[in-house]
Amino acid sequence: MKLMKSTMLAAALSLAAGAATAQNYDDPEEFAKQEAMLSAEAKGPEGKPWLQHFDEKMADTSQYAKDGPYTLCFSNAGVNNPWRVVGWNTMQAEVEMHDEIGNFIVTDAEGSDDKQIADIDDLLAGGQCDILIVSPNTTAALTPAIEKACETLPVVIFDRGVNTQCPVTFIKPVGGYGFGIQAGRFIAENAPEGGKVLMLRILPGVDVLETRYSSAKHILEDAGMEIVGAEFTDGDRAKTKSIVEDYIQRVGNIDAVWMDAGATSVAAIEAFEDMGMDVPIVTGEDQQDFLQKWQELGLNTIAPTYPTYQWRTPIIASLQILKGEEVPGPEWNLPQPAITNETLADYINADMPPLHYAMCGCEDMPDYPGRWGGK
Amino acid sequence: MSDGPSPLVKFLTRINPILIVLVVLVIVIAVISPNFLQPFGYMNFLKRAAPIIVLACGQVFVITSGGFDLSQGALATLTVIGSSILLGMDPDGTWWVITLALMAGVLVGLVNGFVVGVLKVPSIIATLGMMISLTGIALTWSGGAPRGYLPDAYRLFGRVLIKDVPFVTILPVAVIVAAVVAAALWLLMHRTNYGRLQHVVGDNPRSAAFAGVPHRRVRTLAFVISSVSAVLAVILLGGFAGVSTDVGTGLELQAITAAVIGGARLLGGHGAVGASVIGALVLQAIFTLLNMLGFPKPLRDVVQGLILIAAVALAAYRRRRSGQ
Repeated sequence: MKLMKSTMLAAALSLAAGAATAQNYDDPEEFAKQEAMLSAEAKGPEGKPWLQHFDEKMADTSQYAKDGPYTLCFSNAGVNNPWRVVGWNTMQAEVEMHDEIGNFIVTDAEGSDDKQIADIDDLLAGGQCDILIVSPNTTAALTPAIEKACETLPVVIFDRGVNTQCPVTFIKPVGGYGFGIQAGRFIAENAPEGGKVLMLRILPGVDVLETRYSSAKHILEDAGMEIVGAEFTDGDRAKTKSIVEDYIQRVGNIDAVWMDAGATSVAAIEAFEDMGMDVPIVTGEDQQDFLQKWQELGLNTIAPTYPTYQWRTPIIASLQILKGEEVPGPEWNLPQPAITNETLADYINADMPPLHYAMCGCEDMPDYPGRWGGK
Repeated sequence: MSDGPSPLVKFLTRINPILIVLVVLVIVIAVISPNFLQPFGYMNFLKRAAPIIVLACGQVFVITSGGFDLSQGALATLTVIGSSILLGMDPDGTWWVITLALMAGVLVGLVNGFVVGVLKVPSIIATLGMMISLTGIALTWSGGAPRGYLPDAYRLFGRVLIKDVPFVTILPVAVIVAAVVAAALWLLMHRTNYGRLQHVVGDNPRSAAFAGVPHRRVRTLAFVISSVSAVLAVILLGGFAGVSTDVGTGLELQAITAAVIGGARLLGGHGAVGASVIGALVLQAIFTLLNMLGFPKPLRDVVQGLILIAAVALAAYRRRRSGQ
């Protein structure tokens, strides 16, 4: 039981990643920064968002230059939810694309801080690593281990952050405020004025889920929408569906359901379907099951994403660092596009599994689609 | 007036007080939310209660025979995860996957029965071990993340509402399934020799053995019924909302609670299928009410726990008074 709970928590945690030091989940400065990035033009090769960035400071890496072949080491927080499964497959494909990688050593912390700290120790003690990539399980707990690693080799962090500036770069998409802004704004613009909005969240206390919520809430309130409730679903589909059914019964007409993550969007949609009602705006994410439902029912909605293509970037960045080329750092922000009614068709692929994340940037990679479970 | 209690008092003391609790809860819910009296209101309520009803009717067999089955929830999770993975490979395989799941349920029940009956491991430990093992299998098989999906044919039982039904307008298939399972298990428990033996074995296993009751077989069958009910319940749950790695969490405790609210004695020898159904409905009514009152989750848990203890204490008090 405890095991299942912790898996769930880890699943939720990994959906939530981002700002390293965000103790304050309602920070106007960070909100403004991410809002600006959403509309800014990213630099870098077109059509390859995993290589793009927003005019960031560049980190000099000449001190790390050495000859290949290279040994890349990766301490993974876990592969315990569909988002991480897709990301991990994508990263492995990226590794295969580079002949100069001689060895790729990976540890899986299975969602445990303690195991990840031990993993990093083991990788350092092994002495084989030329560079260390870390996807931290939680921010504060992993910080000391990463500070220690920085003393002996270059470190690249991605997904969730750490409370130290010592890594060469920290790779992440725009962030939680951006996610909340995209869906909140769509509802504010498309739902009837003063309409009723139900906000569904996975669980409290996770930084980027909190920032998704706080930014969306601000936007909805400023637009004069009536927030009829904010409920926690634990990421559980049955609970989500029950909550939505209850709200429909309690308040009658709901004009929009805002979701802080897309895993249970389809369950929310089904609640309206099964009660024989028209489905209002239900926001989601880039999972195939949601995208296909959206198209099938002809919904009017939006899917902000937390792109899984960010799993490509750490491999590319590591090779650049080991070749002494400069990389965006200490922060590397990747574009964070939302899927809209106009772009929906581009992301739908019925041959991919229902829980595949469409924003994987993996379509041209080796073994696509089989590696990702497609046919 | 001096010749004993009036017929009304007699009647009131005869009916299970938990039925009165249910009626009171339903009235309160209906007052707070008049929508509850609409078909969509009470049918949704019954639809959500359906899996707990099925689980409780299975669990009460094990409790009556003097044990617990803690593995129901883990088996439920494994069933959903396994079904979604197998159906991900063969979307038209609904029927063989359901058959396979039921067979897995039978197997788990047989193993539980063997461990308890032959290896003499107390059921609470035996089924706890089973729970941990099944959870491990589910995690290993799925890698901790849900894969695959459940096709519409599989989800029919938990999701589809039959429309335009006389009197009630809509009728969820899940409610029919729960009614059929409950009726079948009621017959087995209260109208067959096997059901009587259940009570005998639970009441005093030693004297039952001396009396020549095949107690191992009786108890094993109870575990099989409990496991199969877990598979059936989760077909309803998975059908309701789809794949989730968390679907079975805590189900066994809900089932035990429902059975005990329904008056089943925790040490065996006394239990009833009909009362367990009412127990399940009371549990679901408590969930619904607390939810309607808009209690935040932690506070909901507190109230829920207190009400459950009160309900069980009431049942124990009543048993003492009636000298059972």
